[in-house]
Amino acid sequence: MRRVKRNERVRVGLTLNGRKLAAEAEPRTLLCDFLRHALGATGTHVGCEHGVCGACTVLIDGVATRSCLTLAVQAEGREVHTVESLAGPDGTLNPLQQAFRDHHGLQCGFCTPGILMSFTDYLSRNPHASEAEIRDVLSGHLCRCTGYAGIVAAVKDVTKSSP
Amino acid sequence: MKPRPFDYIRPDTIEEAVALLAEYGEGARILAGGQSLVPMLNLRIVDAEALIDVSRIGALDVIRDRGDTIEVGAAVTQNKLIAWPQLKQKLPLVAAALPHVGHFQTRNKGTVCGSIAHADPSSELPLTLALLGGEVVLKSQRGERMLAANEFQKDMLTTARAPDELIAAVRFPVANGKWIERGVAFREVARRHGDFAIVAVAALAENKNAVRLGVGGMTGKPAVRRIAAKESTAAIAAWADELEGYEDLHASAAMRRDLFRNLAPLAIEEAIRCAA
Repeated sequence: MRRVKRNERVRVGLTLNGRKLAAEAEPRTLLCDFLRHALGATGTHVGCEHGVCGACTVLIDGVATRSCLTLAVQAEGREVHTVESLAGPDGTLNPLQQAFRDHHGLQCGFCTPGILMSFTDYLSRNPHASEAEIRDVLSGHLCRCTGYAGIVAAVKDVTKSSP
Repeated sequence: MKPRPFDYIRPDTIEEAVALLAEYGEGARILAGGQSLVPMLNLRIVDAEALIDVSRIGALDVIRDRGDTIEVGAAVTQNKLIAWPQLKQKLPLVAAALPHVGHFQTRNKGTVCGSIAHADPSSELPLTLALLGGEVVLKSQRGERMLAANEFQKDMLTTARAPDELIAAVRFPVANGKWIERGVAFREVARRHGDFAIVAVAALAENKNAVRLGVGGMTGKPAVRRIAAKESTAAIAAWADELEGYEDLHASAAMRRDLFRNLAPLAIEEAIRCAA
Protein backbone atom coordinates (compact mmCIF):
# COMPACT_ATOMS: atom_id res chain seq x y z
CA MET A 1 0.00 0.00 0.00
CA ARG A 2 1.33 3.42 -1.00
CA ARG A 3 0.41 6.19 1.42
CA VAL A 4 1.40 9.86 1.05
CA LYS A 5 0.30 12.59 3.46
CA ARG A 6 -1.12 15.77 2.01
CA ASN A 7 1.90 18.04 2.47
CA GLU A 8 4.50 15.34 2.09
CA ARG A 9 6.80 15.45 -0.93
CA VAL A 10 7.76 12.01 -2.16
CA ARG A 11 9.98 10.67 -4.90
CA VAL A 12 7.92 9.49 -7.85
CA GLY A 13 9.66 7.34 -10.43
CA LEU A 14 8.40 6.54 -13.90
CA THR A 15 9.73 5.75 -17.35
CA LEU A 16 9.48 8.79 -19.62
CA ASN A 17 10.02 8.12 -23.31
CA GLY A 18 12.14 5.08 -22.48
CA ARG A 19 14.25 6.71 -19.74
CA LYS A 20 13.80 5.92 -16.05
CA LEU A 21 13.40 9.22 -14.21
CA ALA A 22 12.33 10.33 -10.76
CA ALA A 23 11.50 13.61 -9.07
CA GLU A 24 9.58 14.93 -6.09
CA ALA A 25 5.84 15.45 -6.05
CA GLU A 26 3.02 16.12 -3.60
CA PRO A 27 -0.13 13.99 -3.79
CA ARG A 28 -1.97 16.82 -5.54
CA THR A 29 0.72 17.39 -8.21
CA LEU A 30 -0.88 16.78 -11.61
CA LEU A 31 1.03 14.60 -14.05
CA CYS A 32 1.12 17.41 -16.65
CA ASP A 33 2.82 19.74 -14.15
CA PHE A 34 5.15 16.97 -13.00
CA LEU A 35 6.26 16.32 -16.59
CA ARG A 36 6.81 19.99 -17.35
CA HIS A 37 8.14 21.43 -14.10
CA ALA A 38 9.79 18.50 -12.35
CA LEU A 39 11.07 16.50 -15.33
CA GLY A 40 11.51 19.41 -17.76
CA ALA A 41 9.54 17.76 -20.58
CA THR A 42 7.68 20.83 -21.83
CA GLY A 43 6.34 19.28 -25.04
CA THR A 44 3.11 18.42 -23.23
CA HIS A 45 0.90 21.52 -23.14
CA VAL A 46 -1.60 22.45 -20.46
CA GLY A 47 -4.83 24.09 -21.53
CA CYS A 48 -8.08 23.85 -19.61
CA GLU A 49 -6.90 21.72 -16.66
CA HIS A 50 -10.22 19.90 -16.43
CA GLY A 51 -10.04 17.34 -19.18
CA VAL A 52 -11.94 19.12 -21.94
CA CYS A 53 -9.36 20.57 -24.34
CA GLY A 54 -7.09 17.53 -24.76
CA ALA A 55 -3.85 19.51 -25.14
CA CYS A 56 -2.19 17.59 -22.27
CA THR A 57 -2.93 14.09 -23.65
CA VAL A 58 -0.03 11.66 -23.15
CA LEU A 59 0.30 7.87 -23.31
CA ILE A 60 0.38 5.94 -20.04
CA ASP A 61 1.31 2.33 -20.72
CA GLY A 62 0.41 3.04 -24.34
CA VAL A 63 -3.06 4.42 -23.60
CA ALA A 64 -4.02 8.03 -24.45
CA THR A 65 -4.78 9.81 -21.18
CA ARG A 66 -5.46 13.35 -19.99
CA SER A 67 -2.36 14.18 -17.94
CA CYS A 68 -4.26 17.03 -16.22
CA LEU A 69 -6.71 14.45 -14.82
CA THR A 70 -3.94 12.15 -13.63
CA LEU A 71 -1.93 12.67 -10.46
CA ALA A 72 1.82 12.25 -10.75
CA VAL A 73 1.69 9.59 -8.00
CA GLN A 74 -0.83 7.62 -10.07
CA ALA A 75 1.73 7.32 -12.88
CA GLU A 76 4.33 5.89 -10.49
CA GLY A 77 6.12 2.94 -12.10
CA ARG A 78 4.27 3.44 -15.38
CA GLU A 79 5.60 3.99 -18.92
CA VAL A 80 4.76 7.51 -20.04
CA HIS A 81 5.20 8.68 -23.62
CA THR A 82 4.94 12.31 -24.64
CA VAL A 83 5.26 14.15 -27.96
CA GLU A 84 9.06 14.22 -27.42
CA SER A 85 9.10 10.47 -28.16
CA LEU A 86 7.76 10.76 -31.70
CA ALA A 87 10.55 12.23 -33.83
CA GLY A 88 13.80 10.34 -34.47
CA PRO A 89 16.98 11.20 -32.53
CA ASP A 90 18.12 13.42 -35.44
CA GLY A 91 14.81 15.31 -35.40
CA THR A 92 13.26 13.49 -38.37
CA LEU A 93 9.48 13.71 -38.00
CA ASN A 94 7.59 10.44 -37.77
CA PRO A 95 4.94 9.73 -40.45
CA LEU A 96 2.08 11.17 -38.35
CA GLN A 97 4.01 14.37 -37.61
CA GLN A 98 5.10 14.69 -41.24
CA ALA A 99 1.49 14.31 -42.39
CA PHE A 100 0.44 17.14 -40.03
CA ARG A 101 3.14 19.33 -41.61
CA ASP A 102 2.13 18.32 -45.16
CA HIS A 103 -1.59 18.96 -44.65
CA HIS A 104 -1.41 22.11 -42.56
CA GLY A 105 -2.67 20.15 -39.57
CA LEU A 106 -1.38 22.80 -37.19
CA GLN A 107 -0.92 26.50 -37.00
CA CYS A 108 0.02 27.76 -33.53
CA GLY A 109 0.79 24.21 -32.39
CA PHE A 110 -0.60 24.50 -28.87
CA CYS A 111 -3.09 21.64 -29.21
CA THR A 112 -0.89 19.52 -31.50
CA PRO A 113 1.09 17.43 -28.96
CA GLY A 114 -2.13 16.09 -27.44
CA ILE A 115 -3.70 15.32 -30.81
CA LEU A 116 -0.57 13.50 -31.97
CA MET A 117 -0.55 11.35 -28.83
CA SER A 118 -4.25 10.49 -29.14
CA PHE A 119 -3.80 9.30 -32.70
CA THR A 120 -0.58 7.46 -31.81
CA ASP A 121 -2.72 5.33 -29.48
CA TYR A 122 -5.79 5.13 -31.72
CA LEU A 123 -3.98 4.25 -34.96
CA SER A 124 -2.06 1.52 -33.17
CA ARG A 125 -5.44 -0.10 -32.40
CA ASN A 126 -7.13 0.79 -35.68
CA PRO A 127 -4.53 1.58 -38.39
CA HIS A 128 -7.15 1.88 -41.15
CA ALA A 129 -9.54 4.16 -39.28
CA SER A 130 -12.41 5.66 -41.30
CA GLU A 131 -12.99 9.41 -41.53
CA ALA A 132 -15.94 9.06 -39.12
CA GLU A 133 -13.73 7.26 -36.60
CA ILE A 134 -10.99 9.87 -37.00
CA ARG A 135 -13.50 12.67 -36.37
CA ASP A 136 -14.86 10.83 -33.33
CA VAL A 137 -11.39 10.61 -31.77
CA LEU A 138 -10.64 14.22 -32.75
CA SER A 139 -13.80 15.35 -30.92
CA GLY A 140 -11.78 14.84 -27.73
CA HIS A 141 -9.55 17.80 -28.68
CA LEU A 142 -10.02 21.50 -29.17
CA CYS A 143 -8.06 23.36 -31.86
CA ARG A 144 -8.77 27.06 -32.38
CA CYS A 145 -6.65 27.61 -35.53
CA THR A 146 -7.05 24.99 -38.22
CA GLY A 147 -10.74 24.26 -38.34
CA TYR A 148 -9.85 20.55 -38.10
CA ALA A 149 -9.99 19.83 -41.87
CA GLY A 150 -6.19 19.74 -42.14
CA ILE A 151 -5.95 17.46 -39.11
CA VAL A 152 -8.48 15.01 -40.55
CA ALA A 153 -6.65 15.05 -43.91
CA ALA A 154 -3.32 14.39 -42.17
CA VAL A 155 -4.60 11.40 -40.21
CA LYS A 156 -6.39 10.00 -43.29
CA ASP A 157 -3.13 10.22 -45.18
CA VAL A 158 -1.40 8.11 -42.52
CA THR A 159 -4.19 5.49 -42.58
CA LYS A 160 -3.79 5.17 -46.36
CA SER A 161 -0.06 4.55 -46.25
CA SER A 162 -0.14 2.13 -43.31
CA PRO A 163 0.40 -1.53 -44.28
CA MET B 1 -6.67 25.31 -11.55
CA LYS B 2 -4.91 22.95 -9.17
CA PRO B 3 -6.62 20.87 -6.49
CA ARG B 4 -6.40 21.66 -2.79
CA PRO B 5 -4.16 19.26 -0.81
CA PHE B 6 -5.31 15.74 0.08
CA ASP B 7 -3.76 12.51 1.32
CA TYR B 8 -3.18 9.90 -1.39
CA ILE B 9 -3.47 6.23 -0.59
CA ARG B 10 -3.21 3.36 -3.02
CA PRO B 11 -4.40 0.14 -1.36
CA ASP B 12 -3.50 -3.22 -2.88
CA THR B 13 -6.66 -5.08 -1.88
CA ILE B 14 -10.40 -4.51 -1.47
CA GLU B 15 -10.00 -5.19 2.29
CA GLU B 16 -7.45 -2.39 2.61
CA ALA B 17 -9.68 -0.05 0.58
CA VAL B 18 -12.75 -0.58 2.79
CA ALA B 19 -10.59 -0.26 5.95
CA LEU B 20 -9.41 3.14 4.67
CA LEU B 21 -13.00 4.20 3.96
CA ALA B 22 -13.92 3.27 7.54
CA GLU B 23 -10.91 5.25 8.81
CA TYR B 24 -11.53 8.47 6.85
CA GLY B 25 -15.33 8.34 6.65
CA GLU B 26 -16.90 11.27 4.79
CA GLY B 27 -13.54 12.89 4.09
CA ALA B 28 -12.52 10.11 1.70
CA ARG B 29 -13.16 9.91 -2.01
CA ILE B 30 -12.60 6.83 -4.13
CA LEU B 31 -10.35 7.52 -7.12
CA ALA B 32 -10.64 5.05 -9.99
CA GLY B 33 -10.47 6.67 -13.45
CA GLY B 34 -10.70 10.21 -12.11
CA GLN B 35 -12.51 11.56 -15.16
CA SER B 36 -15.36 13.08 -13.11
CA LEU B 37 -13.62 13.48 -9.73
CA VAL B 38 -10.35 15.13 -10.80
CA PRO B 39 -12.02 17.91 -12.85
CA MET B 40 -14.11 18.73 -9.76
CA LEU B 41 -10.99 18.70 -7.56
CA ASN B 42 -9.09 20.88 -10.06
CA LEU B 43 -11.97 23.36 -10.21
CA ARG B 44 -12.22 23.18 -6.40
CA ILE B 45 -15.90 22.32 -6.57
CA VAL B 46 -15.08 19.30 -4.40
CA ASP B 47 -12.56 18.85 -1.60
CA ALA B 48 -11.26 15.59 -0.24
CA GLU B 49 -9.33 14.79 2.91
CA ALA B 50 -8.03 11.66 1.22
CA LEU B 51 -8.15 10.01 -2.19
CA ILE B 52 -8.21 6.22 -2.12
CA ASP B 53 -6.91 5.03 -5.48
CA VAL B 54 -8.46 1.65 -6.32
CA SER B 55 -7.34 1.59 -9.94
CA ARG B 56 -4.59 -0.96 -9.34
CA ILE B 57 -6.66 -3.47 -7.35
CA GLY B 58 -6.69 -6.46 -9.71
CA ALA B 59 -9.81 -8.00 -8.12
CA LEU B 60 -11.80 -4.90 -9.16
CA ASP B 61 -10.59 -4.94 -12.78
CA VAL B 62 -12.83 -7.82 -13.81
CA ILE B 63 -15.83 -8.30 -16.15
CA ARG B 64 -17.68 -11.41 -15.00
CA ASP B 65 -20.50 -13.27 -16.76
CA ARG B 66 -22.80 -14.44 -13.94
CA GLY B 67 -25.45 -15.88 -16.23
CA ASP B 68 -28.39 -13.56 -15.55
CA THR B 69 -26.17 -10.53 -15.11
CA ILE B 70 -22.82 -9.20 -16.27
CA GLU B 71 -20.79 -7.86 -13.37
CA VAL B 72 -18.40 -4.99 -14.06
CA GLY B 73 -15.82 -4.24 -11.36
CA ALA B 74 -14.92 -0.80 -10.05
CA ALA B 75 -11.60 -0.56 -11.89
CA VAL B 76 -12.98 -1.56 -15.32
CA THR B 77 -12.69 1.35 -17.75
CA GLN B 78 -15.40 2.26 -20.23
CA ASN B 79 -13.11 1.40 -23.15
CA LYS B 80 -12.30 -1.98 -21.59
CA LEU B 81 -16.03 -2.77 -21.53
CA ILE B 82 -16.42 -1.53 -25.14
CA ALA B 83 -13.62 -3.91 -26.14
CA TRP B 84 -15.17 -6.88 -24.27
CA PRO B 85 -15.87 -9.35 -27.10
CA GLN B 86 -19.32 -10.39 -25.79
CA LEU B 87 -20.67 -6.89 -25.11
CA LYS B 88 -22.85 -6.54 -28.24
CA GLN B 89 -24.38 -9.96 -27.78
CA LYS B 90 -24.93 -9.86 -23.99
CA LEU B 91 -25.55 -6.16 -23.36
CA PRO B 92 -26.58 -4.52 -26.64
CA LEU B 93 -28.06 -1.47 -24.88
CA VAL B 94 -24.80 -0.84 -23.01
CA ALA B 95 -22.95 -1.26 -26.32
CA ALA B 96 -25.21 1.39 -27.88
CA ALA B 97 -24.83 3.81 -24.96
CA LEU B 98 -21.07 3.60 -24.28
CA PRO B 99 -19.83 5.47 -27.39
CA HIS B 100 -21.81 8.50 -26.13
CA VAL B 101 -19.91 8.53 -22.82
CA GLY B 102 -17.27 11.28 -22.96
CA HIS B 103 -14.54 10.88 -25.56
CA PHE B 104 -12.18 8.08 -26.62
CA GLN B 105 -9.49 9.67 -24.44
CA THR B 106 -11.64 9.95 -21.29
CA ARG B 107 -13.13 6.46 -21.79
CA ASN B 108 -9.55 5.12 -21.67
CA LYS B 109 -9.45 6.02 -17.96
CA GLY B 110 -13.05 6.67 -16.95
CA THR B 111 -14.67 3.68 -15.27
CA VAL B 112 -18.17 2.26 -15.65
CA CYS B 113 -18.73 2.28 -11.87
CA GLY B 114 -17.29 5.79 -11.56
CA SER B 115 -19.87 7.18 -13.96
CA ILE B 116 -22.65 5.50 -11.98
CA ALA B 117 -21.14 6.72 -8.69
CA HIS B 118 -21.02 10.29 -10.02
CA ALA B 119 -24.79 10.07 -10.70
CA ASP B 120 -25.12 12.92 -13.15
CA PRO B 121 -28.84 13.13 -14.00
CA SER B 122 -28.32 13.07 -17.77
CA SER B 123 -25.38 10.70 -17.93
CA GLU B 124 -25.64 7.59 -20.10
CA LEU B 125 -24.55 4.71 -17.85
CA PRO B 126 -26.86 5.47 -14.89
CA LEU B 127 -29.75 5.65 -17.38
CA THR B 128 -28.75 2.34 -18.92
CA LEU B 129 -28.41 0.65 -15.53
CA ALA B 130 -31.79 2.03 -14.41
CA LEU B 131 -33.59 0.94 -17.58
CA LEU B 132 -32.12 -2.56 -17.46
CA GLY B 133 -33.03 -2.83 -13.75
CA GLY B 134 -29.42 -3.43 -12.72
CA GLU B 135 -27.80 -3.48 -9.31
CA VAL B 136 -24.93 -1.82 -7.49
CA VAL B 137 -22.68 -3.94 -5.25
CA LEU B 138 -21.56 -2.03 -2.13
CA LYS B 139 -18.82 -3.32 0.17
CA SER B 140 -17.75 -2.12 3.59
CA GLN B 141 -16.24 -3.56 6.73
CA ARG B 142 -19.84 -4.15 7.84
CA GLY B 143 -20.41 -6.49 4.92
CA GLU B 144 -21.82 -6.43 1.41
CA ARG B 145 -25.19 -5.23 0.16
CA MET B 146 -26.93 -4.98 -3.19
CA LEU B 147 -29.02 -1.99 -4.21
CA ALA B 148 -31.28 -1.76 -7.24
CA ALA B 149 -30.22 1.10 -9.56
CA ASN B 150 -33.41 2.95 -8.70
CA GLU B 151 -32.69 2.80 -4.95
CA PHE B 152 -29.01 3.61 -5.45
CA GLN B 153 -29.38 6.90 -7.32
CA LYS B 154 -31.41 9.22 -5.09
CA ASP B 155 -31.19 12.51 -6.94
CA MET B 156 -28.83 14.80 -8.85
CA LEU B 157 -25.25 13.70 -7.92
CA THR B 158 -26.68 11.97 -4.83
CA THR B 159 -26.62 8.25 -4.11
CA ALA B 160 -27.51 5.90 -1.26
CA ARG B 161 -23.87 4.90 -0.76
CA ALA B 162 -22.83 5.21 2.91
CA PRO B 163 -19.52 7.03 3.52
CA ASP B 164 -17.75 3.78 4.47
CA GLU B 165 -18.96 1.87 1.41
CA LEU B 166 -17.03 1.04 -1.75
CA ILE B 167 -18.93 0.58 -5.01
CA ALA B 168 -17.23 -2.73 -5.79
CA ALA B 169 -19.16 -3.49 -8.98
CA VAL B 170 -22.36 -2.97 -10.94
CA ARG B 171 -24.49 -5.73 -12.45
CA PHE B 172 -26.23 -5.30 -15.81
CA PRO B 173 -29.03 -7.85 -16.42
CA VAL B 174 -29.05 -9.73 -19.73
CA ALA B 175 -32.30 -9.93 -21.71
CA ASN B 176 -33.29 -13.42 -20.58
CA GLY B 177 -36.80 -13.33 -22.08
CA LYS B 178 -37.79 -10.09 -20.29
CA TRP B 179 -37.28 -8.07 -23.44
CA ILE B 180 -36.08 -8.77 -26.95
CA GLU B 181 -32.31 -8.91 -26.96
CA ARG B 182 -31.70 -6.93 -30.12
CA GLY B 183 -34.60 -4.55 -29.62
CA VAL B 184 -32.65 -1.69 -28.12
CA ALA B 185 -32.11 1.97 -28.95
CA PHE B 186 -30.18 4.84 -27.41
CA ARG B 187 -30.53 8.47 -28.48
CA GLU B 188 -29.33 11.71 -26.97
CA VAL B 189 -28.99 15.40 -27.67
CA ALA B 190 -25.86 17.17 -26.45
CA ARG B 191 -24.36 20.56 -27.34
CA ARG B 192 -21.18 18.90 -28.60
CA HIS B 193 -20.25 15.27 -29.17
CA GLY B 194 -18.89 13.89 -25.89
CA ASP B 195 -20.65 16.40 -23.63
CA PHE B 196 -23.11 15.22 -21.04
CA ALA B 197 -26.48 14.83 -22.75
CA ILE B 198 -29.13 17.50 -22.29
CA VAL B 199 -31.70 14.74 -22.66
CA ALA B 200 -30.95 11.05 -23.28
CA VAL B 201 -33.51 8.37 -24.10
CA ALA B 202 -33.11 4.59 -24.13
CA ALA B 203 -35.62 1.93 -25.13
CA LEU B 204 -35.97 -1.85 -24.76
CA ALA B 205 -38.58 -3.59 -26.89
CA GLU B 206 -40.67 -6.07 -24.87
CA ASN B 207 -42.49 -7.11 -28.03
CA LYS B 208 -43.70 -5.33 -31.16
CA ASN B 209 -46.37 -3.48 -29.20
CA ALA B 210 -44.54 -2.17 -26.13
CA VAL B 211 -41.22 -0.87 -24.91
CA ARG B 212 -39.60 -0.02 -21.62
CA LEU B 213 -38.49 3.55 -22.00
CA GLY B 214 -35.90 5.36 -19.90
CA VAL B 215 -35.10 9.06 -19.90
CA GLY B 216 -32.21 10.99 -18.38
CA GLY B 217 -31.87 14.75 -18.02
CA MET B 218 -35.50 15.44 -17.10
CA THR B 219 -35.29 14.98 -13.32
CA GLY B 220 -32.56 14.40 -10.74
CA LYS B 221 -32.33 10.73 -11.68
CA PRO B 222 -33.28 8.56 -14.65
CA ALA B 223 -37.00 7.77 -15.03
CA VAL B 224 -38.32 4.50 -16.46
CA ARG B 225 -41.80 3.56 -17.68
CA ARG B 226 -43.53 0.96 -19.88
CA ILE B 227 -45.00 2.54 -22.99
CA ALA B 228 -47.42 0.93 -25.45
CA ALA B 229 -46.38 1.70 -29.02
CA LYS B 230 -49.94 2.44 -30.06
CA GLU B 231 -50.62 5.41 -27.79
CA SER B 232 -47.01 6.41 -27.35
CA THR B 233 -47.33 10.04 -28.51
CA ALA B 234 -49.96 10.90 -25.93
CA ALA B 235 -48.23 8.87 -23.22
CA ILE B 236 -44.91 10.61 -23.81
CA ALA B 237 -46.49 14.07 -23.89
CA ALA B 238 -48.22 13.38 -20.57
CA TRP B 239 -45.05 11.93 -19.07
CA ALA B 240 -42.98 14.94 -20.22
CA ASP B 241 -45.40 17.28 -18.41
CA GLU B 242 -45.34 15.09 -15.34
CA LEU B 243 -41.51 15.05 -15.18
CA GLU B 244 -41.43 18.83 -15.86
CA GLY B 245 -37.70 18.93 -16.64
CA TYR B 246 -35.25 21.32 -14.97
CA GLU B 247 -33.42 24.42 -16.03
CA ASP B 248 -29.65 24.83 -16.08
CA LEU B 249 -26.99 26.58 -18.20
CA HIS B 250 -27.59 24.22 -21.11
CA ALA B 251 -31.36 24.16 -21.50
CA SER B 252 -34.64 25.38 -20.10
CA ALA B 253 -37.20 22.95 -18.68
CA ALA B 254 -39.45 23.60 -21.70
CA MET B 255 -36.63 22.74 -24.08
CA ARG B 256 -35.96 19.50 -22.18
CA ARG B 257 -39.64 18.51 -22.45
CA ASP B 258 -39.53 19.29 -26.15
CA LEU B 259 -36.36 17.25 -26.69
CA PHE B 260 -37.89 14.34 -24.82
CA ARG B 261 -41.11 14.48 -26.85
CA ASN B 262 -39.04 14.44 -30.05
CA LEU B 263 -36.39 11.87 -29.10
CA ALA B 264 -38.67 9.27 -27.50
CA PRO B 265 -40.62 8.31 -30.67
CA LEU B 266 -37.33 7.82 -32.55
CA ALA B 267 -36.00 5.50 -29.83
CA ILE B 268 -39.28 3.56 -29.60
CA GLU B 269 -39.46 3.12 -33.37
CA GLU B 270 -35.80 2.04 -33.56
CA ALA B 271 -36.09 -0.46 -30.70
CA ILE B 272 -39.18 -2.10 -32.20
CA ARG B 273 -37.63 -2.15 -35.67
CA CYS B 274 -34.41 -3.76 -34.34
CA ALA B 275 -36.48 -6.33 -32.44
CA ALA B 276 -38.30 -7.45 -35.58
